Amino acid sequence: MRRRFQWEPYILLLPSTVYLMLFFAWPMLQAFELAFRDENGVWTLEFIQRMVNDVNFWKAVRTTFILIVTIIPLQFLLALAMALLVNAKLRGSDLFVYIYALPLAISDLAAGIIWFAIFTERGYLNTVLYSLGILDQPYIFLNYQTAWPVVAVVLAEVWRATSIVMVVLVAGLQAIPREYDEAAQVFGAGWFTRLWRVTLPLLRPSIQVALILRTILAFQVFAVVLAVAGQALTVLAAEAYRWYGSWRNPHVAAAYAALILVLSLGTTVFYLRTLQVSEEVRV
Amino acid sequence: MAEIRLENVRKVFDRKVVAVDGVSLMVKDQEFTVLLGPSGCGKTTLLRCVAGLEQVDGGRIFIGGRDVTFLPPRQRHIAMVFQSYAVFPHLTVFENIAFGLRMQRQPEAAIRQRVQEAAELLHIADLLERYPSQLSGGQRQRVAVARAIAVHPEVLLMDEPLSNLDALLRLEMRAELKRLLRDIHATTIYVTHDQVEALSLGDRIAVMRDGRILQYDTPLAVYDHPANTFVGGFIGNPPMNFLKGMLRHREDRLEVATSGGTLEVPEAMRSALLAQNRDDVIIGVRAENIEPQTQEAPNTLRGTVLVVEPLGSHNLLTVRVGEEHVKVSTSADFRPRSGETLWLRVHPDKLRWFDPETGQAIRGE
Amino acid sequence: MEQTRPPMSQRINRGLTYLVALAIALWILIPIYLIALAAFSPRQLVYSWPKPLLPTSISIETMRFFLTSYGVLASVRNSVVVAVITLFLSLLIGAPAGYALARYVFRGHHAFQLLILSTRAFPIVILSIPMAVTFINWGLYDTVLSVALVHTAMALPTTVLVTSSVFIGIPKELEEAAMTLGCNRLQAVLRVVLPLALPGLAAAAIFTFVLSWNEVFAAAILTLQNRTLPAKMVVQLNESPIPFRFAGGFFLLVPSLLFIFAIRKYLFNLWGVKLK
Repeated sequence: MRRRFQWEPYILLLPSTVYLMLFFAWPMLQAFELAFRDENGVWTLEFIQRMVNDVNFWKAVRTTFILIVTIIPLQFLLALAMALLVNAKLRGSDLFVYIYALPLAISDLAAGIIWFAIFTERGYLNTVLYSLGILDQPYIFLNYQTAWPVVAVVLAEVWRATSIVMVVLVAGLQAIPREYDEAAQVFGAGWFTRLWRVTLPLLRPSIQVALILRTILAFQVFAVVLAVAGQALTVLAAEAYRWYGSWRNPHVAAAYAALILVLSLGTTVFYLRTLQVSEEVRV
Repeated sequence: MAEIRLENVRKVFDRKVVAVDGVSLMVKDQEFTVLLGPSGCGKTTLLRCVAGLEQVDGGRIFIGGRDVTFLPPRQRHIAMVFQSYAVFPHLTVFENIAFGLRMQRQPEAAIRQRVQEAAELLHIADLLERYPSQLSGGQRQRVAVARAIAVHPEVLLMDEPLSNLDALLRLEMRAELKRLLRDIHATTIYVTHDQVEALSLGDRIAVMRDGRILQYDTPLAVYDHPANTFVGGFIGNPPMNFLKGMLRHREDRLEVATSGGTLEVPEAMRSALLAQNRDDVIIGVRAENIEPQTQEAPNTLRGTVLVVEPLGSHNLLTVRVGEEHVKVSTSADFRPRSGETLWLRVHPDKLRWFDPETGQAIRGE
Repeated sequence: MEQTRPPMSQRINRGLTYLVALAIALWILIPIYLIALAAFSPRQLVYSWPKPLLPTSISIETMRFFLTSYGVLASVRNSVVVAVITLFLSLLIGAPAGYALARYVFRGHHAFQLLILSTRAFPIVILSIPMAVTFINWGLYDTVLSVALVHTAMALPTTVLVTSSVFIGIPKELEEAAMTLGCNRLQAVLRVVLPLALPGLAAAAIFTFVLSWNEVFAAAILTLQNRTLPAKMVVQLNESPIPFRFAGGFFLLVPSLLFIFAIRKYLFNLWGVKLK
């Protein structure tokens, strides 16, 4: 006698699978088609060439990478500190958790505007520097000839997007049984040794997840850059937007989109390879 | 009439883990059967198959003569009490107990009356307006039982209902359950890993291990005549003592030699043991059936006292007999010192005999 | 009785820990305070320099200027409509999948989970541009529906994971108890699981709302006239006067802050990395 086939789970999964095929997998393929095929259906590298030969292309690539390599390490240090503080269960830690999580809900546009308000010529940074007696005239920070626009964007991104990393790390920390840390303590390990030898290695799966999540999001950075730096800086997503919105060229825009996809996939594979988590370490 | 009949029931998880391995079982109408076994023996899975919460991979299940093998739980006329109680946290006690009745679309007046009855039976009539979060564990347990009996089920299934209670409460609930279940006349299957619960509650006990039923009999029979060494060792506190022995003929009698001495084999066992065609045998005896003596005597086992544990009502001795340890239960005023030599007398009728290879009991005439 | 007090070194340690915790809290709070300060300054103060750092002159003039600017209210309405459609669509489509992942053991369970996890952090940028082309063909371009459809694709993986963790949190026995008491599976879900899942589902819905409310890129690509608020703001960013930007930034911020407060208990579930 055979048991009857259980069809319920498949029925339940059907809508989301169909939806993701239609609005996720299909447009993804379409992005490549748009990037490599013109209106007449001819396969061509023309749009890729136009993208690469555009004056802004290498600037955008450079800025995107500079942002990634500066923002992500800063974010991980800060997020780790926040996660450890949250996990330390200080008195009033509920309030700290809430405050630390606030930026989760803040849009990149709002964050950009906030840091624009700080860095703009008549902004709060200049006000503070003035009242401290450091300046007597406002300094123009958001000048494209200086590194300040990058600094402002880095700060805005660290301010806004560290919370996501923190949440992932906290979830990971809470999955680690306290006994490990306590055992290390009993054997005489100091705070830093415990962090370095016990907590961090056990946290590796979470760190991997957070790294992938953050890097992929960083390739899409867009509104923060526009709001803080305006024309002074450009990034890949901003170029995609410009080609579509201003020049009405979906092909070159799609080429940028495809590039972002390839970079995202590439880094994911890179992280999975270099930060390989063996099964035994999983908590 | 709602007898439960299981025919060769089989349940396999993930295509490889055999949880229930061809179980056949007959529970008579209004009988109280306990499924007893260590954790992982398949007893809960078997109960869930009867409830319809698991689909069987083989065999048939009949309730009241009706084949329910492929019916969903709601069509089986059962009620179930869960180990975690599964009291609905978003409903009041009243609505919890009324839940099954509402699903039956009983008229409001009947619902009120039957909820009240069930609540009174379980002494929770004053808690009807409360939410589960305002109740203690013991009270939630009562709600779970009241909810099950309010639907007047023909079959009541209970999955370790007392295991989440603390020791004292468990004792109290056990006696109360016994009274209650006598009154409601449902055919009951009760799962537990606690042998005391099984012995005190069940009309019959099915001892399970590795997805099979090893013995299905009255509590007394299971305790007194275990079907094999596993049942003897699992049931009873302390477990049954087992000693290796060799059968020997002396003159016209049969006796068994152990490392502590030689015992007579009762006449009734003679032919069964000789039919084994082998000399070695395992003898089993319960601690309370051993009578320690301070003088040497024939037909006794010589041993040295290792530990004396005074337990109030009686003393528990651990005695070394040859290479083996034997637990002996004595009256509270018999307190030998450790190191002392004792001679253990066992009434021949209280000796149990097992095949050393299979562990199966050897029964006499 | 003498009270046991920890030694000096421990108290210093604890004090330092608090100091660090407080410093990080301030790092997050001060910029929020500043934008609120800017948004509620009178207009001429917004242009002035140096600015007061304390709320000495509060005025709703700047906020009113923003809200009465041409098209702002319409775009706010668009944003809300898009977010609400997104929220319902993603729950409607995602919650059943979340339930299936939580309750059933079936062939393909792992594969589906992998699909969801891999789509989760996916670049929405990629979707927007080809979708814009498709929507033009479908006649959906420049509608709130088109934005909501893409936002749903963006929110769906998260919704599936979150609802699945919500359902996992509801003991299976409750559903089984309902089934032994006369419910079929659907009735058990409706009468027992759903009421208990409601707070968690609401949190997921709110989270989806915020996700959609905040999204800029797809909204800006997919609309021309029917802009959502962030799309409208980002398109006009460089032409808009500074008070408009400050007030707009603050206005974008407020619902998000309120919502995150409402779902603070669920924050870690929403991004929880473990899944059964």
